[in-house]
Amino acid sequence: MTAAISVTGLTKRFGDRTVVDDLALEVPRGAIYGFLGPNGSGKTTTIRMVCGLLKPDAGRGRALGFDVISESDRIKERTGYMTQKFSLYEDLSIRENLEFIARLYRLDDVKGKVDESLEKLGLSERAAQLAGRLSGGWKQRLALAACMIHTPDLLLLDEPTAGVDPKARRDFWDEIRRYSRQGVTTLVSTHYMDEAVQCDSIAYIAYGRKLVDAPTRDIPKLVGLSAWRILSSDLDAAEAALRGAPGVELVARFGAELHAAGRGGTALASSVSALKSSGATVEPMEAGLEEAFIHLMSHSADNFR
Amino acid sequence: MTAASPAFAWSRVVAVFLKELVQMRRDRLTFAVMVMMPVMQLLLFGYAINNDPRHLPTVVEVRDDGPMTRSLLASLKASSFFDIVAVARDDVEGDRLVRNGEAVFLIVIPERFEERLVRGERPQLLIAADATDPVAAAGPVAALDAIARSALAPELSGALRPLAPSAPPYEIVAHRRYNPAGITAFNIVPGLLGVILTMTMVMITSIALTREIERGTMETLLSTPVRPVEIMLGKTTPYILVGAVQTVLVAIAGRVLFHLPFTGSPLTLLVALTLFIAANLMLGYLISTVARTQMQAMQLTFFVFLPSILLSGFMFPFRAMPAWAQGLGEALPLTHFLRIARTVVLKGGGFDATGRELATLAAILAVLTIVSLVRFRRTL
Ligand SMILES: Nc1ncnc2c1ncn2[C@@H]1O[C@H](COP(=O)(O)OP(=O)(O)OP(=O)(O)O)[C@@H](O)[C@H]1O
Ligand SMILES: [Mg+2]
Repeated sequence: MTAAISVTGLTKRFGDRTVVDDLALEVPRGAIYGFLGPNGSGKTTTIRMVCGLLKPDAGRGRALGFDVISESDRIKERTGYMTQKFSLYEDLSIRENLEFIARLYRLDDVKGKVDESLEKLGLSERAAQLAGRLSGGWKQRLALAACMIHTPDLLLLDEPTAGVDPKARRDFWDEIRRYSRQGVTTLVSTHYMDEAVQCDSIAYIAYGRKLVDAPTRDIPKLVGLSAWRILSSDLDAAEAALRGAPGVELVARFGAELHAAGRGGTALASSVSALKSSGATVEPMEAGLEEAFIHLMSHSADNFR
Repeated sequence: MTAASPAFAWSRVVAVFLKELVQMRRDRLTFAVMVMMPVMQLLLFGYAINNDPRHLPTVVEVRDDGPMTRSLLASLKASSFFDIVAVARDDVEGDRLVRNGEAVFLIVIPERFEERLVRGERPQLLIAADATDPVAAAGPVAALDAIARSALAPELSGALRPLAPSAPPYEIVAHRRYNPAGITAFNIVPGLLGVILTMTMVMITSIALTREIERGTMETLLSTPVRPVEIMLGKTTPYILVGAVQTVLVAIAGRVLFHLPFTGSPLTLLVALTLFIAANLMLGYLISTVARTQMQAMQLTFFVFLPSILLSGFMFPFRAMPAWAQGLGEALPLTHFLRIARTVVLKGGGFDATGRELATLAAILAVLTIVSLVRFRRTL
C-alpha cells in the first residue's frame, strides 16, 4: 500500500519570500500525523498545496495515489479539508451548510447523512440557526463535521481545535483515533502539546523548512535535551538565577515546578546544582515533548524575516 | 478505489443553485432593491425623460408695441413650447434671467419691428437659447418660425398681403413611423428595460466570486470537487429568474402606465431577453473572475454601465456616433437588445427581422462564457 501523502521538494514563494522551502513529507495510510511549527512557518501553505488549493512553485508528489498538481480533482473527492479560519457560510443555517457540502460530494442520502452528522454534533435542535450566530468553538465543531460528512480517506485539519473546550477536544481526538483505526489518514496542525502527544508522528517546520520528522516518542531523544526538575519556595529567584547560566538553553514553568533543559549535560548539571545552596530541590528528569518543542521554537522564534 | 467523479454533474450545479437561492432570499435588502428598482426607474425615467421638450421657461424682450407685436406675444404665451416667465423692456433684465437660468430662451422683438416689417425691410426676430443644454434647444427654435407665421398671418392681409411669407414651392412631409405620435416613452420603456437589466444583472454577478473570496468561503468551495463550470452555472441561473421578474414588472408598468403598444412576436422577445440576461450575467461573472474584492468589482461594473448607457443607442442616436464608437457599441449586449426590443415592440418584427442581432447576442454570450471559464482561478 502506498503512502497517503508523499511529497518531495515542495516549494512555495510569495513574491521573493520562500514560505515553504524544499519540503518532503511521507504520511503512511491510517497514520495520525502532527504538523507543528511556530506561527508563519508555512503549515497552512503546505496543507493547501497538498489538496490543490495552491500551486507549488517546485516539487511534486502524490496524495491518495494521485498527483498533487495534475489530479487534484481526484484528491479533493476523497479528502476533507478543514480550514484554519472558519470558511462555511455564515448566512446559511447549520443544516443548509451541511446539506450544501453533502450535495457537492454527491452523497446518496443527503438528508440522512446531514441528520446523522447533526446528531453526532449535538446540534439537531439548533439546525435552523444561522452558522454566523454560533460561538467560536461551535463554529469549529461544525466545520469539522462538514469536512467529515463524506467519510474521506484523508483528513487535512488546520488547527481544528483552536478555541474548542477541553471536553469537545477530547471527543474530537477520540473520533480521529477511531477514524485512524478504520484506515483514515490525518494530517493535523496544532499548537497544543496535549494534542501533539496523541499523534503517531510529528513533522516540525520553521521558516518553511522541515527540522524534525519522527515518531512522537522519539522526538525528545532526537532533540538531545537533558532536563532537570527544580522545586523551590522561591521559583522566581531560581528562574532568574538560571536564565543565561552556562548550559541552560531553556527555563520554563510547569505548574509549581521549574524545568531547565539544555544539550550540554555537564554545564547544565552544575548550573542547576548551584541552586541547592538556596534551598531548592533539584532532580534529573526525562525531557518531554513540550520541552523539546519549546526548545525548537525558541531557536526559530521569529518567522517574520 | 472509487471511480472518478464526472467532470460535470448537474447535481453539483443544483447544489450551488440552491445555496445561491437561499442566500438571495436571506439578503432581503438586495432582493427588494432588485425587484423595486425596475419599477422605480421606469416611473422616474418614463415620465422624466422627454426628447420633445415643451413648456420651456422663456423671457421675451419687447422693444416695440403695436398690434403685430401684441399678437406675436399672445401667440407665444399660448404656445405649449414656451412658458413666458417675464416680459422685459430692455436687454439688461432679459440677459440676467437667462444667465441666472430662470429662462432658457430669450426672444427679442426689436424696435420698430412692425414699422420695418410693413416697409418690407425684413426685421430680425432674435431667439437666443441657453445652449449649455444643447439637446433642449433644437425643437423650440424650429417652433418659433411656425408660431410667428401663424401669429402674423391675420395681420398681413389686404394691402400687406405681398409681405406674407409665401409657402416654399415644395413640401416636406415627415412621417414618424412605428411611433406616429413621437411619444418618447415608447422609445424609452424598451430601452429602460435593457438598461435596468444591464445594471442589476451585471452588478449582482460581479460580486458572485469576490464575495466568496472576501468572506473566505472560497477556500471551502475550492476544496470540494465542484468544477468551475458548475459554479458558474449554479451562480448565474438564479438571477435569470430575477431578470424575468423584472421584465414582467416593466412590461406591466409599460402597458398600464404608458400604454406601450406591443405589435411583434412575443417569442422573439423572449428569446432575446433570455440571451440578453444571460450575456449580462456572464459579463458580471467575468468581472468577478478579474476583481479580487467586491469594491474592485463594483468599480469595474461602471466600465460597463457608462458605455452601455451612452454608446448603445439608448441615449444618443447610434448612427450619429463616429465609427469607432459604433464599433465599441456593437460589442455591448445592450446595443443589440435595444435594436431587437424596438423592432419587436414598436415595429412588429419577428425572428426574420432580428435574426442577425440575436446571433450577435448569442456570440457575445459565448465569448463571455469562454473567457470567464478560462479566467476562473482554481487556486487561492
Ligand atoms: N497569499 C499569501 N500571500 C503572501 N504571503 C502569504 C500568503 N499566504 C501566506 N503567506 C505568508 O506565508 C507565511 C506562512 O504562512 P502560513 O499561513 O502557511 O503559516 P502557518 O504555519 O500556517 O502559521 P499559523 O501557525 O499562524 O497558522 C507567512 O509568513 C505568511 O505571511
Ligand atoms: Mg496556519
